[in-house]
Amino acid sequence: MTTVLPERGPGGDVGGGVGADEAALQAAFDAAISADERIEPRDWMPDGYRATLIRQIAQHAHSEIIGMQPEANWITRAPSLRRKAILMAKVQDEAGHGLYLYSAAETLGVSRDELLDKLHSGRQKYSSIFNYPTLTWADVGAIGWLVDGAAITNQVPLCRCSYGPYARAMVRVCKEESFHQRQGYELLLALSRGTPAQHAMAQDAVDRWWWPSLMMFGPPDAESAHSAQSMAWKIKRHGNDELRQRFVDICVPQAEALGLTLPDPDLRWNEERGSYDFGEIDWSEFQQVLKGNGPCNEQRISQRRRAHEEGAWVREAAAAYARKRAAAPSNEDGRR
Amino acid sequence: MSGTYETPGGTHETPGDPHGGRDRPGHRAALALGDDALVLAQRLGEWAGHAPELEEDVALANIALDLLGQARTLLSLVGDEDKLAYLREEREFRNVQLVEQPNGDFAQTIIRQLYFSVYQELLYGQLAGCRPEDATPVAALAAKAVKETAYHRDHAEQWTLRLGDGTEESHRRAQHAVDALWRYTGELFQPVEGLDVDWDNLRATWTTSVRSVLEQATLRVPEGPQSAVWAAGGGRQGVHTEPFGRLLAEMQHLHRSHPEASW
Repeated sequence: MTTVLPERGPGGDVGGGVGADEAALQAAFDAAISADERIEPRDWMPDGYRATLIRQIAQHAHSEIIGMQPEANWITRAPSLRRKAILMAKVQDEAGHGLYLYSAAETLGVSRDELLDKLHSGRQKYSSIFNYPTLTWADVGAIGWLVDGAAITNQVPLCRCSYGPYARAMVRVCKEESFHQRQGYELLLALSRGTPAQHAMAQDAVDRWWWPSLMMFGPPDAESAHSAQSMAWKIKRHGNDELRQRFVDICVPQAEALGLTLPDPDLRWNEERGSYDFGEIDWSEFQQVLKGNGPCNEQRISQRRRAHEEGAWVREAAAAYARKRAAAPSNEDGRR
Repeated sequence: MSGTYETPGGTHETPGDPHGGRDRPGHRAALALGDDALVLAQRLGEWAGHAPELEEDVALANIALDLLGQARTLLSLVGDEDKLAYLREEREFRNVQLVEQPNGDFAQTIIRQLYFSVYQELLYGQLAGCRPEDATPVAALAAKAVKETAYHRDHAEQWTLRLGDGTEESHRRAQHAVDALWRYTGELFQPVEGLDVDWDNLRATWTTSVRSVLEQATLRVPEGPQSAVWAAGGGRQGVHTEPFGRLLAEMQHLHRSHPEASW
């Protein structure tokens, strides 16, 4: 279970009130949602709304920091100094996204430590896409183009999410993600137009990343556990299938411009719908990866745990030093 | 065209070397400082996703990016940055051995950063302080980069204090790093041809500065020698330590596997 702070009423009182008070608070909350107003940290909110947001924002934050791993895998091997700088900056941005998403979650009354603990013990999830390996340099481009592209399609509507701190964090995240997406596309373009070996590397990466990217939108709406309530709360604004279709429609012409093929024989323009039809997604693979049977689940979470455990003495040292400084205020060293 | 490199045995041609003229003093200087920055950026890049806390993932990447930026500017003064970074052999690199030392634990990384960024800030400061009519391209880079280097030094100092004066374990680890890396600090003050620097002053100021941080951090200042004894020389002569070959193998492998490619 997620930890939940005692609710505060609009006047800041800790809500021990029940019955009529609670009903009035709920009515005010409902009115704010239907008027498209933002819910802020000190506003009263239903337990379920708070728990849903904590789960979603935490999962998002975890995805950012686990997502550093497959790309960091190529920092030391990037084939030019320019690409090395771009990749380093990108991975750094992801750490930054993690930071402000954890901060957004903290406005709901949980601590970063608690959330990390839940990630490390497998009680909270991160996006399954990061359980796939980056096998070649072209995977860095495919992640930028497809994975970041899918993330943006998912996240742009979150800039209008009903919870203020999350919506505001997403505005910045989306700006940086769209930069990453263009860089990934440009990386793939250079490979596609490069030597035959580079072109083949790019095609192979797209072949491996296409279907997992489509799965990033989650199961079909009919089977999605959280969709309907999240839509009603305006945390979510569009269904999984609608966003997935939007993504496919964006990618097809981009793949053509790249000179690369998307690995789906059923992909074709549907004049009537004004959209591309595409093939059946293998949801059994999705379920398996979600359950922990993806190629890198164990590796990703182990590395995260190891970094955390190996860093424990550093965090303890910082805390001990801070305590000593606080205990000796006259000993201000004046260093700045 | 062919370049040259020096060993104690004399000056050697490097056959098939794609970039000539590296023997000019200005180029030697740019190469030495550029290689320092490149190799340390490469080491710091290894931390991505492994740092003790998220804030340090951001900070270490930030420092690495600054250094990589400096390296690109400096190497471009000598020739094609990618040919220089990816196609030179180990013996052609001119970085000090300090920057190629493995990351080790966080204390080792921080003390390496302390020793190096105090040096780099003082060095860049001197270069930036030259008379405008004497300003070289390297001095211009130094004037710009000295500001970011001051931030790197501050970051390393703050962490040295936390680790040295934190817990028993952090103190022990920090002291170990201070001692283990001390033998790579003497090389920092070896004059580099083409740099108008008062090296004795640099050594004195570095020593005062580092000593003061270590003492404040309750760490013992090592008394041992600041260099290993070997007539072959050090990094500035292209003589490196064993881990450096592996660093280059990892960094250069992909680029070298596709000789016709551009990226």
